[in-house]
Amino acid sequence: MLGILRIAFKLLINDRGRFVTLLTGITFAVFLMVQMTSMFAGILRKAAATVTNTGAPIWVMDPAVNNVASSIPMPDYVRDVVSSLPGVEFAVPFFSGAGLVHLHDGTYQPVMILGLDDTTLFGRPRLAKGRIEDLYAEYGYAVVEDEEYGKLERPDVGTDFELNDERGHVVGLAKLPASGLFGLPTLYTTYSRAIQAVPSMRFTLSFVLARACSPADVPSIKKAVAGLGYVARTQEEFIATITRFYTWHTGLGTNILIMTAISFLVGLSISGQAFYSFTLENLEKFGALKAIGTKGRELVYMILAQAGLTALVGYGLGVGLCAGLIALAKLRVPDYASVVTYGNLALAFGMVVVISGLASVVAVRRVLRIEPFDVFRG
Amino acid sequence: MAEASAIRVEGLRKWFGEGPTRVNAVADVSFEARFREMLFVVGPSGSGKTTLLSLISGILRPSAGKVWVEGRDIWSESPDRLADFRLRTVGFVFQDYHLFPKLTTAENAALPLIIRRVPWNEALAQARRQLEVVGLASRADVPPGKLSGGEQQRVAIARAIVGAPDILVFDEPTASLDGETGHRIVGFVKRQILNEHRCIVIVTHDNRIYDFADRILHMEDGRIVGEERPRA
Repeated sequence: MLGILRIAFKLLINDRGRFVTLLTGITFAVFLMVQMTSMFAGILRKAAATVTNTGAPIWVMDPAVNNVASSIPMPDYVRDVVSSLPGVEFAVPFFSGAGLVHLHDGTYQPVMILGLDDTTLFGRPRLAKGRIEDLYAEYGYAVVEDEEYGKLERPDVGTDFELNDERGHVVGLAKLPASGLFGLPTLYTTYSRAIQAVPSMRFTLSFVLARACSPADVPSIKKAVAGLGYVARTQEEFIATITRFYTWHTGLGTNILIMTAISFLVGLSISGQAFYSFTLENLEKFGALKAIGTKGRELVYMILAQAGLTALVGYGLGVGLCAGLIALAKLRVPDYASVVTYGNLALAFGMVVVISGLASVVAVRRVLRIEPFDVFRG
Repeated sequence: MAEASAIRVEGLRKWFGEGPTRVNAVADVSFEARFREMLFVVGPSGSGKTTLLSLISGILRPSAGKVWVEGRDIWSESPDRLADFRLRTVGFVFQDYHLFPKLTTAENAALPLIIRRVPWNEALAQARRQLEVVGLASRADVPPGKLSGGEQQRVAIARAIVGAPDILVFDEPTASLDGETGHRIVGFVKRQILNEHRCIVIVTHDNRIYDFADRILHMEDGRIVGEERPRA
């Protein structure tokens, strides 16, 4: 069997023009599919960045909230009630809002302000420079040193700045696993300072961050919070909520889905047509092999091996090309929202398998129908 | 000397289509071919020669009649066994050779062995030996596209004989060759390839090579209308 597969590979690879056309089709399709889905994954990851960076197991919020940026303030008593619920290990307030930093050149830069619980600083970032306890100092803020850091004129520890007409003082530079979606620099401070700095409505509590004593307590906590008219979501559930919001309520997911489907169709049409032409060109040869004594299933294996090889090489090239271009793009645009995930790779691989499978089915049907007698007739 | 029967055909018929459009390609043909015999089937174009060749080599199922090869009723076999029969018992030389342009000459010649799952290197070594027999040892590593028509014909012969089949069938072996080359190749086949364990059936309408035949069957309109022994 290996010998006949080797023949199949030689027939394919030695037909350079056809092989390159086939690979181009698959590579292009994979590139587009991975690129589209990676971009979407990147956007989703950035959209949920605050949730993952904070690391709270349970988020309590207004039921209408579908992402961190559009929090609906809750009254302070919610935090007290949640912390007193059976099965809650702790519950702390969390503030998320926006402010304006007055830059030295006279312009304003919008920033995201995250206020951590004054007592525990739960959800604090890892500081690359400075000390976290200095957040308690007067006007103390930690600036996240990410792709957006330059927009604040790269302030170092000790720098003073003006935030919403109030003084701010940089006490630390923070590093986060993921940066946000909207291209805003992020400032961390205490909850009490955050609500002073940011004008707000009567209520100020954006989220309550909590942890259950054990995973078994989560359902009862969720039920009790629902009784208050709010919702408690686990970290995974909140990320899923954000994902659903961006996928279905912003048009983003639909557009990406359409582009991915178009990529699939482009790949299918180029590769399918090229593979079918390749098979047609070799139809007489397959007939000769059949006449010599090759069995129908062996011819099927040959075609599947050719389609499989093309799919694998094209997949590898497509993924490599995509990863390379994303890396290049990130060199030029640091906050370029694109990330290749195992899910993207699996989806693209599945689609490539479908493309090569469909192309092979058509080819197999033709090859199985060829009569060796046709070879004799010429 | 009476040789053993290699091929026996009785009441063989093949028609295409049905009703008023039915065409009788082979009509009630019976004959016998023996080992060590080079049997020519000749006749005008459309007389059913190629169809007959396909019927006796296990390629085209007859509408009626029987074909025994080495005593085996080949058309009672399953498709897989029939494919095995073609692979192990019959060697084919097609009119257009049907060599694979993307493989080397040696790989082309080794195909029947590769299909038989003989290890790659061993199959190629055997193919090279057969290319030596047909005088093409030095061209083993070039693609067939770089060979002349006569050389390609010899590669096709090497491919046909590499698996040591008992029956060799040639379809119009000189059709694409000039007279001298065709004559030389058929002479070579007669001298070097035919032996006491082998029967060769050649379909042709090239009367310049009739001298090589041990026996000639004349076909017309699907029937055998005459038989002659040129050297008798």
